[in-house]
Amino acid sequence: MALKHVNAVVVGAGAGGGIVAKELAEAGLSVVLLERGKWYSAFDCRKDDLRNQRTSVLGCGFGPDDERYRRVVVDAEGNERSVLPSEAAYSNNAACVGGGTFSYGAQAWRYMEKDFRMRSTYGAVEGSTLEDWPISYADLEPHYEKAEWEIGVSGDDSKNPFHAPRKKPLPMPPQPPGREHEILRPAAERLGLHPFDIPMLRNTVPFNGRPPCMRCRWCVGFACEVDAKNGTHNTVIPKALASGNCVLRAECVAKEILSDDRGRVTGVAYFDSQDRLHVQSADLVVVSCGATETARLLLNSRSKLFPDGLGNRSDWVGRNLQGHTYAGANGLFDYDVYDDLGPGASIAISDFNHGNPGLVGGGILCNEFIRLPYQFTSMTPTTLPHWGSAHKDFMRQAYRRCIAVQGPAQEMPVLEARVQVDPRVKDHWGIPVARLSGSNHPHTLEVARFLMSKSEAWLKEAGATATWPRPPHAGLSGGQHQAGTCRMGNDPKTSVVNRHCQVHDVDNLFVVDASVHVTNGGFNPVLTIMAVAYYASAHLVEEWRGTRFRS
Amino acid sequence: MRYLRRITRRKFIQVTTAAAAGSMVGCTNKKSPWRFFTIEEGQTVAAICERIIPADQDPGATEAGVVNFIDLQLMGPYKRHRARYREGIRSVEQASLKMFGHRFTELGPEGQDEVLKELERVAAEETRKELERVAAAGETRKGQSKGQSSEDFFALILSHTMQGFYGDPRHGGNRGRVSWKMLGLPYPPIRGRLHYDLTKPGGGSE
Repeated sequence: MALKHVNAVVVGAGAGGGIVAKELAEAGLSVVLLERGKWYSAFDCRKDDLRNQRTSVLGCGFGPDDERYRRVVVDAEGNERSVLPSEAAYSNNAACVGGGTFSYGAQAWRYMEKDFRMRSTYGAVEGSTLEDWPISYADLEPHYEKAEWEIGVSGDDSKNPFHAPRKKPLPMPPQPPGREHEILRPAAERLGLHPFDIPMLRNTVPFNGRPPCMRCRWCVGFACEVDAKNGTHNTVIPKALASGNCVLRAECVAKEILSDDRGRVTGVAYFDSQDRLHVQSADLVVVSCGATETARLLLNSRSKLFPDGLGNRSDWVGRNLQGHTYAGANGLFDYDVYDDLGPGASIAISDFNHGNPGLVGGGILCNEFIRLPYQFTSMTPTTLPHWGSAHKDFMRQAYRRCIAVQGPAQEMPVLEARVQVDPRVKDHWGIPVARLSGSNHPHTLEVARFLMSKSEAWLKEAGATATWPRPPHAGLSGGQHQAGTCRMGNDPKTSVVNRHCQVHDVDNLFVVDASVHVTNGGFNPVLTIMAVAYYASAHLVEEWRGTRFRS
Repeated sequence: MRYLRRITRRKFIQVTTAAAAGSMVGCTNKKSPWRFFTIEEGQTVAAICERIIPADQDPGATEAGVVNFIDLQLMGPYKRHRARYREGIRSVEQASLKMFGHRFTELGPEGQDEVLKELERVAAEETRKELERVAAAGETRKGQSKGQSSEDFFALILSHTMQGFYGDPRHGGNRGRVSWKMLGLPYPPIRGRLHYDLTKPGGGSE
């Protein structure tokens, strides 16, 4: 039986898709929001330290499952292997309503003005596709504000002299500082740095009808037991449904985007939870599956006009895969620094995002979220044995005495760091899986090592009796901060979407997620994803009210 | 000869108690107390895990039920590691016989550590040589290494031991939350309360 035609299909109910669905629905468009994962809630909070979105050894807490999903990863030597979602190499984010926002640590950063103009600021970087965004911070500013007030951000950046200009303050105050914050703040000040509270998509006072954070130790990777963590699942998606114009179909896996021989999309073919194939026709399609799955969906949507995938005449779909390259340090103190007050991450400095001599960009430095015991087992100094009595003894005496500081080095995009589709391996539904290959640019590692040295210096100043580095990972990036695979740009030969997130060549197809990020800032990307979603939605609605995307 | 262990009564009771905890059969006979491991495999695994996290003033892997964790997970999310465990346990026994002429469980702790460290060393060497060979032949190594490398097994059992010792008891290990008590983690966790008294300078203390 054919499904009723709608105005818009949004594929992916995450940070971007949730916002687009609501903006379109409230503007009067009929919307089908497809999500491959389930709709979890606070009742699904299990506090399972071995099966969550951060530590997934026994399976991903919030999708995807190991039974039906695979990816292929190709290492630096060209060896390829098939990986499960619960393995680190899969580079997972999430598969559920709310996407990553359901279980994230919720750091809520605006990028800085220079983050949108990396090429103009620093010049070309050899071997990198470093480029400016076609939009500026000023274009996104009102939309950052909208995200902060509608989704809900707490914090206070008045002590951060480097923050980009804002018109309105944040709607909620920061959390009271914990013990680590109190230890690190004076040390940062003595070093001439400018510490402040990390802005968070987390209630610190009752807001939006939900309570404030209860300071538990299970945050990043877990569902919030009291629903104080703000994501699209508990804000804009319920509003989209309440408008009466949007239906959410969860556990529905998109197979391909269908298009006609005039180069316009006509709808989305998808499998429902019983593995039955449906076609949802629509006037326009918005793809918000995250940088890996969005690229994969476009590449798997072939037609006569687009033999290499929808919107891929340039061969830039799937390229420039980025994330963040984290590096930092651990410090051991000779007294108890553990207060069991979550989320743990609390203090930041933005002194090293830009203007570092000899370096392109940089990143914030923050203290880390609470390390649960199993997580801490791999954070011991490499000068000590990693098993046996010495390791156990270190765990016992150091667990409550360690502070970890690290930051997301902004990556230099690389053309060969990419998502393709595998010629052989298919998932449960017979759809070719994503194939990940490439690696980081050498300069990214230089920036990361710089952040590592600054982390150690901060911990030493704070009185750590011993510090040891947490060096950057050299391979392919992606993971929870994945971005870049459908770059925004004015030139269709070197980009996939235009400044309005509209796919070049395909007027009624949009990509609204971190795939469009040209560069990914030296900050967690989610608030920028949300701002871009509001920005793109505004234009989409305006265009809809004009031409209704009729050709 | 000094690597042979005198089996103390305490040790014997520890090991058999741990084994019986997973058993549905009251008395010992040839039937294994484990879901996946044979009796001998269970003993070897227990001995390996006990070297990874030994008992000292706090319980070690055996008392915490790490073998139960691994055995349980091998029936579920870790099904795919079953062959690797069977082969890995065999390789540990072979190394033990080769180095000391005795089974792994007959060695004392120093001997057992020697065997495990040797396996780690050899496997790292194998991996290095394999990468060199592949590079020299201009080949691409397809597919995951099938677990022949003993480092793969040791790295695997090491991470599983850490999970079974430091992870949540609901997964079959960390019996009685022994590791969390060792680390000084408060239980039950105090939530919903601000630990700092903001009317006092410095926030007062808990």
